[in-house]
Amino acid sequence: MKIAIASGKGGTGKTTVSVNLAALLRDMGREVTLVDCDVEEPNSHFFLSTAWNGEKAEYVPVPKIDDTKCLGESCQKCSQACKFKAMIWMVNSILVFPELCHSCGLCKLVCPADAISDTVREVGTLRYGRGKGIDFYGGLLRIGEAMAPPLIRRVKEEAPCKDIQLLDCPPGTSCPVIESLQGADFVILVTEPTPFGLNDLRLAVGLVRKLNYPFGVVINRAGMGDDCVESYLKKESIPLIASIPHTQEAATAYSKGKLLVEEFPAFREQYQKLWERVSDLIQEGK
Amino acid sequence: MKEIVVISGKGGTGKTSVVSALAGCGPQKILADCDVDAADLHLILQPTIQDTHEFWSGELAYIDPAVCTQCGLCQKNCHFHAISDDFVVLNEHCEGCGVCEYVCPEGAAVMRPRMCGEWYRSDTRHGGMIHAELGIGEENSGKLVSTVRKEAHDLAVAQGVDTVLVDGSPGIGCPVIASLTNAGLAVIVAEPTISAIHDMERVHQLTKHFKIPTMVLINKADINPDLVKEMKKYCQTNTIPLLGTLPYDSRFTQAQVRGESIVEFDPEGIGKLFPPMWDIMLAHAKNTSA
Repeated sequence: MKIAIASGKGGTGKTTVSVNLAALLRDMGREVTLVDCDVEEPNSHFFLSTAWNGEKAEYVPVPKIDDTKCLGESCQKCSQACKFKAMIWMVNSILVFPELCHSCGLCKLVCPADAISDTVREVGTLRYGRGKGIDFYGGLLRIGEAMAPPLIRRVKEEAPCKDIQLLDCPPGTSCPVIESLQGADFVILVTEPTPFGLNDLRLAVGLVRKLNYPFGVVINRAGMGDDCVESYLKKESIPLIASIPHTQEAATAYSKGKLLVEEFPAFREQYQKLWERVSDLIQEGK
Repeated sequence: MKEIVVISGKGGTGKTSVVSALAGCGPQKILADCDVDAADLHLILQPTIQDTHEFWSGELAYIDPAVCTQCGLCQKNCHFHAISDDFVVLNEHCEGCGVCEYVCPEGAAVMRPRMCGEWYRSDTRHGGMIHAELGIGEENSGKLVSTVRKEAHDLAVAQGVDTVLVDGSPGIGCPVIASLTNAGLAVIVAEPTISAIHDMERVHQLTKHFKIPTMVLINKADINPDLVKEMKKYCQTNTIPLLGTLPYDSRFTQAQVRGESIVEFDPEGIGKLFPPMWDIMLAHAKNTSA
């Protein structure tokens, strides 16, 4: 079973919910694989004291032109076909801008002279390990690389789903999130009870509804703002999975990379209830 | 012209609270919200929209079921798994590359212009503002960010204003790169948590990669004073000027709930910290263009 943990707004507690739920499930005897889909700013591994077992560079294919085969100025079919302006005719050859390439393969299809082959652009590093009894898979986007989705896809392809897989998603509602949600059986949206939290939750709800994922909402740091999120959930008939209270102790424990379910019995109870509710919602949906 | 971009690496460290607080400091400026897929600045600045513009970018494939013979070539050649088993284009996966159109022997797959969202030119109590909304599940957030920045720049020129303050997005990927390109100063809002410190370091590597002058603002300092010391040390070692330190205080949330900036909500307390910080930012920001 694959459960994605997402939100519109950043910093609402996606990683907190992911790692604490992972630890709770581990204690219940489940085999958990945690996949950190935030390859731009990955953080889950800090909370699991992950020991790395391996890492490898990941690449996407980009075109390479064989100038001896290229038909030259009279052709230019590849540069005209490319929708991403990743190839242009410069003086006397085709110049490729690898960082603009989406690896769609159209240039190779249109080339009448078989002059285009694949070379690669490094997008980042895939890494995996284990910590606190939890298998971990994640990625690290290369600094300056704009496109996160190809690396997210690779990390997800590599990660096994033995029993339960948790997908810790990046913030926002665009391509990296869509890639991260792909294949999830259920989505937990984490928000905070503030106007910013509500606004971004609405966007996230719009996305998961459009993509047809069953979902519910966790209100994190309950009590810090107002009741706008709860009213919204009622009005929209969206299941509230849990309200996890806001405490200074929790914020401090988080800051040190500690797990709430291991530090505070009260939080452990909260997460037990959270999991019961998620299980019920998944059962209801079947 | 000075363009100052507020970023963070990690989400939720307080970018938008800081930008809304700085909005009213110093002479009038133009505001730009470049967090186009989770924009929040408008909740505080409550802009009055002057004009709305459709944002068209790239293309989207369409397969005409009346012409399609279900031969499967498009699905086989699509690198983005954007064509379903019954040969319908999955818009949220389509990158608009045109491979399906090229390989379709029947001419059933065609490329159409794609509307990815909207952007707005608005007035606020602190001056002009450009903001945007990316359509749900849409592509091209980086190009929408570039559009917002260009329009903010043009609006500043038109109004004779010489500063643009940009609210950025979390992460280090395409929208962040688009909001940083050619900026005069990047301010990283960071908090003293293990996660946020690592995220600050990653986003600092990015600003260094693009050679953008950078400052750090430590928010929510009281969460962990020991880590604040570590952050200050990092800044010192890497010669990043420290802009200031803000407390972890419920007044920030109270202000947000009331739709006010912290400077408006608490002018005699935390609000007092912002005007001097704005002056320091201006002093560090490079002129980016005429």
